[in-house]
Order: sequence, then structure tokens, then C-alpha cells
Amino acid sequence: MTTEVGSETEVKEKAEESADQPDQSEKATEETQEVASAEGEEKGKEKEGKGISKFLPTWLKKQKSLSQTSPTKEAALKEEAISVEKQEEEGPAPEVNGLADEVPEKEAVKSEQLKEKEEKPHSKASTDTEPAKEEKVDESVEKSPEETKETTEGQGVEEEKKEQEGEVQGEGEGGGGGEEGQTSIFQSPLRLVRKTKMKLVVCHVTLLDGTDFSCEVEKRAKGQFLFFKVCDHLNLLEKDYFGLTYKDNHEQTSCLDPMKEIKRQIRSNNWQFAFNVKFYPPDPSLLSEDITRYLLCLQLREDVASGRLPCSFVTHALLGSYTLQAEFGDYEPDQPRPVDFMSQLNFAPSQNKEMEEKILELHKSHRGMTPAQADAQFLENAKKLSMYGVDLHHAKDSEGVDIMLGVCANGLLVYKDRLRINRFAWPKILKISYKRNNFYIKIRPGETEQFESTVGFKLQNHRSAKRLWKVCVENHSFFRLNTPEPPTKPRFLTLGSKFRYSGRTQAQTRTASSLIDRPAPRFERTSSKRISRSLDGAPMISITEAGRDSAENGREHRLDDSKVKTVDVSPGDVEDTSAQSPLRVHVDNIYDHDKTQDEVLKHQASISQLKRSFMEAPPPSPPQTNQWEKRLTSSPATAVRVQQQQVVSEPHAEAAAAAAAAADFTISDTKESAKTAEVEIEETVVIQEVSKATKPALITVTTDSPASAPTDQETREPEVTVQEEVAVPKDAKAAKQESVSSESESEEEAEYHPNVSVSLSHTQIPEEKEEEDKENEDETAEQNMLAPDVSSHQAETSHPAEDISGGVVESQKEDMKKNAENEKEGRETEDSTDDLMMTPEETPNGVALSEEAVAAHVEEEPEPRINGEPRPQVICYSEPPVVKTEMVTISDTFAAQKTEIATKEVPIVHTETKTITYEAAQLDGTGDGEPGVLMTAQTITSESLCTTTTTHITKTLKGGLSETRIEKRIVITGDCDIDHDKALAQAIKEAKEQHPDMSVTRVVVHKETELAEEEED
Amino acid sequence: MAALMAGFGLYTHAIVRRIPASLAKEALRTSEAEVDVDKARGEHDAYVEVLRTRLGLDVVDLPADESFPDCVFVEDAAVVCGDTALITRPGAESRRGETEAMKRALKALNLNVVEMTDENATLDGGDVLFTGREFFVGLSSRTNQRGAEILADAFKDYAVSTVPVLASLHLKSFCSMGGPGLIVIGSSEPAQKALKIMQQMSDHCYDKLTVPDDFAANCIYMNLPDKGHVLLHCTAEQYPESFKVFEKLKDYTLIPVSNMEKVKVDGALTCCSILINKKGSI
Repeated sequence: MTTEVGSETEVKEKAEESADQPDQSEKATEETQEVASAEGEEKGKEKEGKGISKFLPTWLKKQKSLSQTSPTKEAALKEEAISVEKQEEEGPAPEVNGLADEVPEKEAVKSEQLKEKEEKPHSKASTDTEPAKEEKVDESVEKSPEETKETTEGQGVEEEKKEQEGEVQGEGEGGGGGEEGQTSIFQSPLRLVRKTKMKLVVCHVTLLDGTDFSCEVEKRAKGQFLFFKVCDHLNLLEKDYFGLTYKDNHEQTSCLDPMKEIKRQIRSNNWQFAFNVKFYPPDPSLLSEDITRYLLCLQLREDVASGRLPCSFVTHALLGSYTLQAEFGDYEPDQPRPVDFMSQLNFAPSQNKEMEEKILELHKSHRGMTPAQADAQFLENAKKLSMYGVDLHHAKDSEGVDIMLGVCANGLLVYKDRLRINRFAWPKILKISYKRNNFYIKIRPGETEQFESTVGFKLQNHRSAKRLWKVCVENHSFFRLNTPEPPTKPRFLTLGSKFRYSGRTQAQTRTASSLIDRPAPRFERTSSKRISRSLDGAPMISITEAGRDSAENGREHRLDDSKVKTVDVSPGDVEDTSAQSPLRVHVDNIYDHDKTQDEVLKHQASISQLKRSFMEAPPPSPPQTNQWEKRLTSSPATAVRVQQQQVVSEPHAEAAAAAAAAADFTISDTKESAKTAEVEIEETVVIQEVSKATKPALITVTTDSPASAPTDQETREPEVTVQEEVAVPKDAKAAKQESVSSESESEEEAEYHPNVSVSLSHTQIPEEKEEEDKENEDETAEQNMLAPDVSSHQAETSHPAEDISGGVVESQKEDMKKNAENEKEGRETEDSTDDLMMTPEETPNGVALSEEAVAAHVEEEPEPRINGEPRPQVICYSEPPVVKTEMVTISDTFAAQKTEIATKEVPIVHTETKTITYEAAQLDGTGDGEPGVLMTAQTITSESLCTTTTTHITKTLKGGLSETRIEKRIVITGDCDIDHDKALAQAIKEAKEQHPDMSVTRVVVHKETELAEEEED
Repeated sequence: MAALMAGFGLYTHAIVRRIPASLAKEALRTSEAEVDVDKARGEHDAYVEVLRTRLGLDVVDLPADESFPDCVFVEDAAVVCGDTALITRPGAESRRGETEAMKRALKALNLNVVEMTDENATLDGGDVLFTGREFFVGLSSRTNQRGAEILADAFKDYAVSTVPVLASLHLKSFCSMGGPGLIVIGSSEPAQKALKIMQQMSDHCYDKLTVPDDFAANCIYMNLPDKGHVLLHCTAEQYPESFKVFEKLKDYTLIPVSNMEKVKVDGALTCCSILINKKGSI
């Protein structure tokens, strides 16, 4: 309805207005408080909102953030969004109806909520929303059952929507719809759907068992919505290994990007999809549920039968025999099957009588094996096949020779015919890029080589080059970026240009699946229709009807022979990722990004790059936003980038002076920090069994600055609400950025820097920091001014995120660690994180919400902000006497850490000592108050370096979740001329050797100038 | 239970072939050394006796064929993995006929025999290193890309990576498997370079055991029931320094085998037998 549309726009405007109004920040705070009070009522909502926020597409958040500067507004937005979603789901129709009267109200409500967060909207929303709330809550939980509920509800809602849509559609399509849609998208598929008022489209999804699943989605729904619906239908929780594909205009199978609108991807009006395995788990036995293994089996049966996964005669027979056992149970000689029984089953491309006899013979030997056991045995054998999980792409080498490039969990394989002629493990690859139809990888120099080399391949065309690049980015992100012990939450990996991997990493999904607490779901295996007994024997509900062996249908399932994991979709959509990614990307990138603000330059580089950057000291280039974005895209977060931000930006001349003193730091913060005399490298390896890790991060913060801690805490509570809100706006901002980036980015080329080990990834401090820095520098004062709300929000935001949902926090932490990966699905954690991240960008003040950003801010900002100290979080106080400490956090750390990190007091600007802290994990925070067990302490002193390594093992029980964190803290202290990069790299390397699984959560470069009277305590 | 890639080093059968008198004069060689056929036969008998008596393998002893001076080196004529046997197309034209007897023997063992018929393909079994998880094929004067491709086709379950072999006759002239995941490698520069390539090409991690003499790096590993890890390796007399390295292996049944004469015609320990596992096969 046009009226509605108008209302939406109005809402936006309102939001903007609110943003515009500095006072609103105060209001916002008040509102937040109110909200907090209201929270009691709305807690559920908030939770939902959080959850939602997690799921929310970044750009939605961005928009919100953009529109809504004030956290309250944001919160309101979230709430609204939630309510909207609820409305959409449940009451969209009612809303619509009401809209006539209330349309302004609804939208206004949104706006109002945003602005005012009044209970009214809640009440309104509540009426409409309450059911939605429940749903939302469920959604937030992320549990499939919930989702299913949601979906079902959502469908109903959709229907309602349809009815009402006639009216509403206008709105849905209007800007307002966009916001809502954004919010909704992340959490649940339902929400993914933008306002329900859109037209519904029937999607046909071919499942792995060959059956078709049809469902209605809104025309503007994002890929994730449909994917979640399918997963709900399948009762699949470990969904991160799977994805949807479609046939593009060129008959190429492409992956459906979860973050983009479906409509924009398929282009043609063919709403046909296939549900496939996207990432083949290297060790299927580590999957949590039999149903997941079953689905993987279905995929592999098809792979084998089609010849996509080549195997020998014997292997065909063996795998076939396990299939028989799983589908039909024990061999029963008394019940002879029809003569053509075997030949009707498709086991191999070259199936013959001999093979069928062999299969039957082997089948006899499996007597007594349960279907689940047979599946497990099938997978145990299939995983050993050399082409298992290898995604092949046709290419030509530099000499025009036809080759195949295989992307897999371990890296990039080069085949000529069937022969492997080269292999590039992920750790060997510094950068992945494509330009036109060329695909390049930059190789890390070998032991004896001095320079990295670049290897180029020619693809058939630009599309295939891009597809290959995306597959590489996704695989690297999924398999490599996770910390071995990734916390539960999903992490988003930032990929090069626009594109990033938006799902969880394997580590994350493993953690998440370890938390699955449900009786093994019942499912029917297609052929036998027998109910599989899970080993647990838990009763289940049969979800799937299986038609037949996947083998027969299998081919149908897959749209394309070559599974393309990449999403070719429109560039614009990708932007979401990019928005998030930019930060991270920047991190990865060594590039200097000049953001709008000239003053602050941030450099991000992988550790290796750090060295170079230090060496080369690339001056900050003032690139345009687009360029910035490009860079973001170009440099995937993978690489560990250490960003050093200078506080220079700080308004205080002193600070600047200090920075200058710091040494080389001119403009580039990073470099400066690097130069600092003291380098502290803290590597924390956090192994979190449970997702709840967030608080520790906070703790860390407190640890750093005891004084600040209280503040933080205080702030946090109120902040929590704020955060949520903030997150939304952030998203919006992010969205904007993304869009921008996407635009800026040319599809023609993109770069992705896979980073080193997981730990490295942490390092990335995205552009946000830079932005923040800039902002800080420029606006330190301004921040207070411009983004008073923001600043407060930011600080708050970061805290709240942590406080709010432990899960979120954890995820954040994880995310942070994996900075590169941070941009994930945008699930709870991510969303929050993303939001955080986003905000900074959008918010003028550099409210960079991203935790990382926050961290950066904290460190950087602390000084500048210290003046204003808008952020409670960051408030790490070095004590006043302390001259000035520049903290550069290179961490992926979560916001919490960031918060912690920022401990600088600005009062005295003299900086003699610089501390570079690389914080990977969160320190044991005061909050946790969990005394860790000091496992080892080691101090090595060389000429100018003092390296102290301490290892803490902490076990915590929270809410039934036990979390074991092994933290290793490496502090490198030096007087003056320390090669920080080298020392850091060395320390990390050594730690990595000892604990390959560790991840570097945080790197803090602490520069302390002793010129000041006293240093921090 | 049947499983892929299980039981590396487990063998039940061995195929060997007698030494023809023509070996002394006509066998191909990279050096000018003179071979004492009687001594060579004595060594070979001892070698076969170790397989048969000491290790309890079923030994298929093929008769010598004077028209094929190199026929004792049966390894080059076939590659057996699991129950699939690939009859090769040896790079030396004078040796192509050796495969006939081998094919019969392998078929007699009920193996799934695959033949390399492509006339553009050449492959010597001595260039094929099977690690238990994958193949490495040396591209040498005897083996070409096409031969390696056909091998990859024959053993689809495994990755087949190619390794350039420049300085020696065969890939296994300077390396072999010394255990599951253990590559015995010579210390020469070409050998070390080849090892680096193999490590880079592999998804798996291998330990390495470096011995001073390249040729001593060719040994025979088995993992036999009741006997555990068994390693047939060079004698102290032939390669004293490398012998010391082998001596340090723990938990191994070490069996030094003399190979003084056959080495003169580039015959290493692995060259003289084809090892087959019939029990574990599916």
C-alpha cells in the first residue's frame, strides 16, 4: 500500500531524524534505560531481537543503523523489527488492516519504537507479536524445531500476508519492507522474508533422496529463508555442511547465496533448487547426528553412482553393500529379491553383473549392522577416496594446457587428467584473486625462497573464474578459519571483495552441533522406509519420506555436475558480506585505507604482511570509499592481519605528539604501534566446549583496567538493550556499506587473502578500526558530539552484547578471534558483532560497533575517547599518571576483549612505550572470576626481548555448560628496537607448534611512552 | 571387516623370478660394472628364502627367461594394490615381454588384472611408490605421464601424484616405505628434492628416515601377523653408514639382505619381488 510505504519511509526518516539529533542519543540512553525497564516485559522480545539481530542481514542492520543513530532507536528498531516480523508472520494481515488506520502507526510504530521504544509499540507489537515473540525466541535458539515451528507459522503468516498483501505489498516493497526483511532474514527463514506483503512464489527443491520439496516463499526472500525451510523440513540441525544450488542462465550450477535475495540470483524465473552437500566433512564420524550422516551418505551415493567421485571396482562394491545394509537391513536369503532388484539400484557408473554379485556377497557380511552403522562404515570408506570433497574446475595453466583445479578442505589441487601435478595447501596461499577470466594465487615463499610467487590459471570465462574464487574463499573460510575449537556461534568469514562466506566455519558448526540436545530424530531411509534406529535408540519423528536410493534420483538432485559452491548472484547482494568483510578485509589487506577521514590510517596485514608493511610502511592512501570497500573485498580476512591503530587521530595534540614520539607513526597507526618498544603478544587459546564464553572476555577487560570494569558493568546493563538496537542500525549501515562496496567493487576482479592459521585470522582488525581510528582521531571530540549516542552506544553495545547473551558473546569472541570469519551468517553472535562492526562505519563517530572495531576503538579510541570517554566499555584505564598507552588490538577478539583492551588514558599524551598486544582469547575476566590454573610459565630473555609465556587452563561451569579454556599468554617486552612483527610471528609460530589448534584471539600492541610521569599500573 | 586402505604392509604372497644367465652381459645398467651371475643367483636365493621361510609368504617362483635379461626385476612388470594388478608397459623396449609371464601369474592368483595397452604409455613399477594412502609416480626415463595416468585410472581410490626423477633410474632408486607413514629417503640432493615435492603434493603427513646412501633407502617393509614390523634392508657390508641408521629402528624385525651383485644392474631390494595381499582383500 502506498500509504504504508509512505509510513515506512517515514519511519526511516524518523529514524534518520533521530539519528540526526544529537540529543536523541541522550534520549536514546534514556530510552535504553526505559527499554531496560521495559525489558522485563520485552525480554523475550529482546532475546528474540538479539537472535534476530544475529540473523539479520548486515545490510539491514546497516540500514537501521544508518537510519538510527541512537542506540535506543536501534533497539527500538530491533524491537520493531521483531514486532514487524511478528506482525509479518502473524499479524501482517492485521497490521495491514490496521494499517489503514494504523499504518502510520505500524510503521510509525516501528519508527516510534525506534525513536521512543515506547511500550505502546510493544503493546501493539505484543498483541500482534506475542506469538511472534515466542517464535522469535525459538528462532533465536536456532534450534531446528523452533525453526520448523517458525516456518510453519511463517507459512501461515505468509498466507495471511498474502491475503493482506494486496494491501501491504506496497509497503513490503517499500523501504520499510527492506528493513524488516533484513531483520527477519537472519533469524529465521520466515523473517528472512521481508514484509509479508510480497508476492509468494513456490519453490521446488530437489532433496538428496530425490524427492521434491515445495514451499512458498516471498518473492523477495533471501536464500537463507528457503534454506532454513528445507532444513526444517529435513529436521536437519547440522546444516552448515549443506546448501542450495540452482541453475543459472548459463546452465551452470551455482550456489544460492543465503544472504542475497533469491530472485536476484536465479534471474530466470525458474524457482528450481537442489539441496546438496556444500562442504564435505573430512571426518564424518565427528558429525553429531545420524541424520546428518545419512544425508551425507545420500549425497555421496549420488556422487559415486554418477562417477563424480571416482572409485575402484572393489570400492564400488563395498560402498554398495553398505548402502544395501543401510536401506534394506540384513541380507535375507529367504526372501529373494526380484531378479532385477540389484540392477534397479544405481551403484556405479559402470555397473555390471559382476559388481552386483560382489555387492551382494559383501552385503552378507554386514549382518546385524544397523542402518546408522552401515552409513558410518560407508562414510569411513568414502572419506578415504582421494577425490572426496574435491570440487573440480576446468582451467588452463599458463601454457594453455588443460588442467583441473580442485578445491578441497586442505587447499587447492592441480590435476592434469587424473594425475595430481601440484598442490597448494591453504597455509601456503597468501592471496587468492581473480581478474576477468584469470585466477591467481599468491604463494608463500618457501624456506629457501625470498619472494612469494604468483601462479595464474586461465578459466573458461569470467564467471567461472569468479565461481572458482568464491569456492576457494568459502572452503578456506569453512575449513581453515575456524579455530579448532571454535565456539558454538557461527562465524562469518570475510571473503575478498564483496563476497564472503556467510556461514559458520566448520569449527563453529562442530561446536554448535556439540550442543545439540535432542533425541535423535527419526527419519526414514528412502528405500527401506524403515525407521532408522539411532544408536541411541531415541524415538523420533519421521521427517522425510524417502523415495529411493539417492543414487537413482541423485543426479536429479544436483543441478549441476560440478557443484558450484559459489554464488554468482548479483554483486549487490554480496555486499552485505562485504560490508562486514570490509573491516576484516581491511585487516587482511595490507592496504592503507583512507577512509573519509584523512587523518587516521589503519593498516591491516597478516603477520607476514605486517613485517612487510612495517618494512615498506605503506603510507595510508586516501582511497575512496569504494576503494576501501574494494580492498575489503580484496583481502579476505583469512590472513592474520595486525592492525595497529594509532591514537594519533586523537584530537589531543598530546596524543598526536605521543604517537609521533612513538616513532614512525606518522599517519599510519599500525606501523607506529609496531614500532613501539614493548610488544605484548598474548595468545589465548580458548577451547570452549560450551558456547558461553563471552563473559570471560568481559572479564578480560576488567582485568586490564580494573577501574574501568565497574563502569563497564554499569554501562553494560543498560547497554544491552542499546546494543540490540544498535545492532540493527548497524546492520543498516552495514547494508549501506555493503551496497556501496558492492557497487564499488567490480565483479571483474576480487582478492581474497586466506590467512595463515586460524590464529592469524584473529588478528584482523578491519577497517572499522581504521574508521574508528579516523573517527576517533578526527572526531574524538566529535564523537561525543556527533555520535554521542553512538559512542555511548558503542561502548554499551559491546558490553551489552556480551552481557546479553552469553551465547552471543561467545560467538562474538569466536567471531572476533576469527575476525576474518566474523561475518558469518549473522546469527546471534555475528549479528551482534556485525552490528557492532557495522555501526562504527555507519555511525559517523566511528561507533564502529563491530567488536573488533570496538576493540580497536577501545584501544585506539580509549585515548581519544577517553577525553570524551563515551564508551564505558573501552574504559580501560591506564592510570592517569600513565603517560599514554597506545593499544593496538589486532585481535579478532570479541567486543568484550576490545572493550577490555582499550585501556588508555589520554590525559598524558607522551608516549614512549608502545605495547602491542595481540589478544586472541579473552583474558580471564574479573567477571568470570574464574581462577585459571596456571599450567606453565616461561620466560625467555634475549638481548632486547623478553618473552613470557603463561598458560592458563580454566574450567568453568555455566548454566550446565562446561567450558574449558586454555589460554596462553605471550608477552613480548622489549626496550626499543624490537621487530614486533618478527617477534610476534615467532611467538605465534612457536605457540602454534605446541598447540596447533590454538587460535590467536587477540593481539594487543601496547605502546607505552614513559615520557609521561608514571605508567600504568 | 572390509575396509579400504587397511593393513598397509600386510602380504600373503610374493612373486619372484629366477635370474637368467643373460643378466651378466645383457641386462640394462647405468654403470659398466661386471656382474657375477652365480653370486647374483646366490643373493637372490637368499632373498627368496627370507620371503618364503623367514616370513612365511607364499612365493610364486617364475622361471627365468633368457630372452629377458632383466626379468628378475619383476617389480617393473606390474603394480599390485589391493586385489587389482596393473600390468605395466616397461619403458625399456627390451623388457616389454616380461609382462606376459607376470600377467599369467597374477591371473592365477585371481587378481583383477588391468593391462596398459596404450602404446604411448610407459611405466616401470620401480617408479611407483605406494604409501598406503596414495601413489607417487616418478616421471623418469622409463615412465611417462601417460603411464602414470593409466595407473591413476587403475587405482581410482587413490591420489596419484607425479614426481620428476632426473638423477636416477627409478623413483624407488632412492626411496621406499619403511613403515606406515614413514618414507625412507636417501640423502642426496635429488632425493631430498623429490621428498619435498612428495610432501608438498600430499594431503598426508609422512615421517622420513634419511639414510646416507640413496640406494640403501630402498628397503622392503611388511607388517605381518605374528611378526609385526619387518624391514628388509641393506647389509652392513654394503652400506655401513646406512645400516647404522636402520639399526636404530625400534620395534622392528630387521633383516639385512645382501644385494651386492644385483645393484650393479640397478636392481634394488624391492625390484625383485611383487608383494600381494590376498587375505585382506574384499
